[in-house]
Amino acid sequence: MEANIHFPDPALIKEELINKYPAKVAKKRSKSIVINDPETIPEVQANVRTVPGIITQRGCSYAGCKGVVLGPTRDIVNITHGPIGCSFYSWLTRRNQTRPESPEHENFITYCFSTDMQEENVVFGGEKKLKVAIQEAYDLFHPKAIAIFSTCPVGLIGDDVHAAAKEMKEKLGDCNVFGFSCEGYRGVSQSAGHHIANNGVFKHMVGRNSKPAEGKFKINLLGEYNIGGDAFEIERIFEKCGLNLVASFSGNSTVGQIENAHMADLNVILCHRSINYMGDMMETKYGIPWMKVNFVGAESSAKSLRKIAEYFDDAELRARIEEVIAEEMPKVQAVIDEIRPRTEGKTAMLFVGGSRAHHYQDLFNELGMTTIAAGYEFAHRDDYEGRQVLPSIKIDADSKNIEELKVTADPELYSPRKSEAELEALKEKGLEINGYEGMMKQMQRKSLVIDDVSHYESEKLIELYKPDIFCAGIKEKYVVQKMGVPLKQLHSYDYGGPYTGFEGAVNFYKDIDRMVNNPVWKLIKAPWEKAETESLEASYVTQ
Amino acid sequence: MLLRHTTKEVKEREGLTINPAKTCQPIGAMYAALGIHGCLPHSHGSQGCCSYHRSTLTRHYKEPVMSATSSFTEGASVFGGQANLLQAIETIFAVYDPEIIAVHSTCLSETIGDDLQQITKKASDDGKIPQGKRVIYASTPSFVGSHITGYANMVTGMAEQFAVSTGEKKNQVNVIAGWMEPSDMREIKRYAKDLGANIVLFPDTSDVLDAPQTGKHEFYPKGGTTAEELKSTGDSKFSLALGCISAEPAAIALDKKCKVPFETLDMPIGLSATDRFIMSLSKAAGVKVPAEITSERGRLVDVIADMEQYFHGKKVALFGDPDQLIPLVEFLLDLNMKPVHIVSGTPGQRFEKRMKEVLERAPYANFKNGLSADMFLLHQWIKNEPVDLLIGNTYGKYIARDEDIPFIRFGFPILDRIGHSYFPSVGYSGGLRLVEKILGALLDRQDRDAPEEKFELVM
Repeated sequence: MEANIHFPDPALIKEELINKYPAKVAKKRSKSIVINDPETIPEVQANVRTVPGIITQRGCSYAGCKGVVLGPTRDIVNITHGPIGCSFYSWLTRRNQTRPESPEHENFITYCFSTDMQEENVVFGGEKKLKVAIQEAYDLFHPKAIAIFSTCPVGLIGDDVHAAAKEMKEKLGDCNVFGFSCEGYRGVSQSAGHHIANNGVFKHMVGRNSKPAEGKFKINLLGEYNIGGDAFEIERIFEKCGLNLVASFSGNSTVGQIENAHMADLNVILCHRSINYMGDMMETKYGIPWMKVNFVGAESSAKSLRKIAEYFDDAELRARIEEVIAEEMPKVQAVIDEIRPRTEGKTAMLFVGGSRAHHYQDLFNELGMTTIAAGYEFAHRDDYEGRQVLPSIKIDADSKNIEELKVTADPELYSPRKSEAELEALKEKGLEINGYEGMMKQMQRKSLVIDDVSHYESEKLIELYKPDIFCAGIKEKYVVQKMGVPLKQLHSYDYGGPYTGFEGAVNFYKDIDRMVNNPVWKLIKAPWEKAETESLEASYVTQ
Repeated sequence: MLLRHTTKEVKEREGLTINPAKTCQPIGAMYAALGIHGCLPHSHGSQGCCSYHRSTLTRHYKEPVMSATSSFTEGASVFGGQANLLQAIETIFAVYDPEIIAVHSTCLSETIGDDLQQITKKASDDGKIPQGKRVIYASTPSFVGSHITGYANMVTGMAEQFAVSTGEKKNQVNVIAGWMEPSDMREIKRYAKDLGANIVLFPDTSDVLDAPQTGKHEFYPKGGTTAEELKSTGDSKFSLALGCISAEPAAIALDKKCKVPFETLDMPIGLSATDRFIMSLSKAAGVKVPAEITSERGRLVDVIADMEQYFHGKKVALFGDPDQLIPLVEFLLDLNMKPVHIVSGTPGQRFEKRMKEVLERAPYANFKNGLSADMFLLHQWIKNEPVDLLIGNTYGKYIARDEDIPFIRFGFPILDRIGHSYFPSVGYSGGLRLVEKILGALLDRQDRDAPEEKFELVM
């Protein structure tokens, strides 16, 4: 599909983006900047080291592990083992909402726990202090679980957090204690931390409680972190449809849910990048298939619900889901009808995350807006090009350092939820089981796809394309807005949301309408500055 | 309850910090470096450090915060980060063309023993630093001190690495800003101007972190102390260090290197500390205090006298950073209020000693700083002895809501309100702003809780 918007020649733009770089840097970056063709998807260089000094959006492994995956859990005491900073910066900043069952139930999300490592701990080792910290946390709170997150110095000085966790777990008796080697230098971005978190949660939590899960259509929601209440909206829809949520990884989750997750019959994956490992491992060990869904966008939500109905192949469920969609969509459509005349034909750029830059394009499409350039901060090639490229991805030194768990079928708990024949039949019906087609297939021809975009490239893109809205994170927010272009934060949602499901879509449409049509963007020039420009133009005309 | 697990019973903790009243050194170094004109701060560590610091500073200022990182991977952590830093320096000068790169270390690069002095020298020897450009550095391991000492280390680095003594003294006074807001730095310059004192203020984040909306992103905004000005600090006749923790080390360094005598003052927050600042600056610059400043002072005293009944005896809990807490506690005492609980995660005997001097007028106060002096402890103290007012950074809102205490945001970081970067807290006008905030919080509470028959029209 060709855009109805006139793009500048992307080849020239690409040249502009890299021509200021030193030769080696330009060569490297050019492989991460590609001109899209949804028919013959080109290869994108992704999940490789960032060029030092280039000014990247990326964070670290600790942020991916503690911040993203484990941060949303409410009844685990998450202790950061390291100097104070890492725990401080990941304290409540990701807006993971949670709703404890009652005022008496645990909620540690508002707390920040750290061993506040000092110089003597770096010199003489910090394990002793860590064990004291675990004991103190246990004595104060008696939590069901304590998780330990390693920061950079921990791995370098050789503190064994896993041994300390094991020792304390045995000592405490009724508290599950486990550690994560998610030092910031591991891997090349947050992505390494996601993988490390998946491994730890799988090893230490999933499968601990095999009490049968309730309900007929038992689902786990993977890769949904309840930022701005996204998971609440999905929970609302699931309940309305009669789908039974067993566990969420990890927005609004509890230890109990995650320990029981292997009793579900389907894993649906929202953020492929951060949690696909869990889907694969649970399939191998327990026989639960996974399916990529997307609850960002009203149409996508409807489509995802229909996919779930197909999977369970139940007439009653199918009918119920159609009823829900029929009930929800008119409210969404009414808002689109009102707003779309004001957003139609506008352009967006999305440089964020490992899945959001893909899925939010659906919401912009629903508003009649075109995505002219997009890219991820920490994704891999499969998130761009689709999982069919997985066998051809070279494992480099940085990825090799991240443990790949050897998972086998559980002798007692493995039970394939669908037979080979059933899975084949579903695939024939067009249901992608254990698959993800990636971002590029959905993007227009000649749009730009850029991995790990640098600050310089972002500024150039804005200068050359003048998009109506730019989507990224807090670090980019005010830089882009200083250029007179509104920036929508897709990590924190600018403290709004939810944006998932049907109600979320409505929230997003209204926010985007407000942002791209805000009068403030016309107030930037002072009247006397305007007068000066006008008189200059006037004198030019008279000449 | 948001902090439902916080117990009333206080138990000594040795391993676990809960809800810290500090963060780590590098963010302070980054903030200080933004106060140099044309400077790009650089974080020598993992990408996460740089990302976290930029994010926090951005949330606090709602402004662009530019900084680069050495992007350590496991390989760099094993073999050393020299190659990464050299490549970063090359890339930064090629792409972003700063006048100065200010490198700070992190816990990672310090643990493996990277030597910034040696690496930046190598960058220079290898011709990676273009003519006329500079790379300065500060050692800021996260496992020492706090964000405040990190700030101090970078400011000290500015003094040590820029200041030159030409042998000819200049008729100027160095004013070394402790960690304060751009609005405060702007106000310090305003006082100097009103006094007719010729000063070099460093660092100076005004016109950097409060930049106007123009439709154009100025990568290097117009503010910041210039390299020339920093160089000239070595020829100044005197230095005033505003803060014994965050500013004094730079003054000591200047004295050592260029024989510039100095005086350390508390940050000019509140009446008495501002009095001392005005006195010292007028003395150091050899100028008289103009009547307008005396009137400004008088207006503050007038309001305090007029509203004294509402301040009297009110109990206050505070948490935050040393150089702000010291004069703020003194100001509360001047207002006849009672600072009963004070916590700061920043360690240091210098801080303890100075705070204890101020607290001689408040022998009842609980004060703890350094390890495990955290907001969990402060909350426990509050549960044992309730207060009328809480003052601290945004994280205080969780305690304030649970305990239903009026709350004033003050310090770093403030993530949920604006104003701190635009309206100063230093000086007499800053004092007036604080008084207005305190009264507003206390009187709103009185209005909210008053029985109908005692609801006052005039207060």
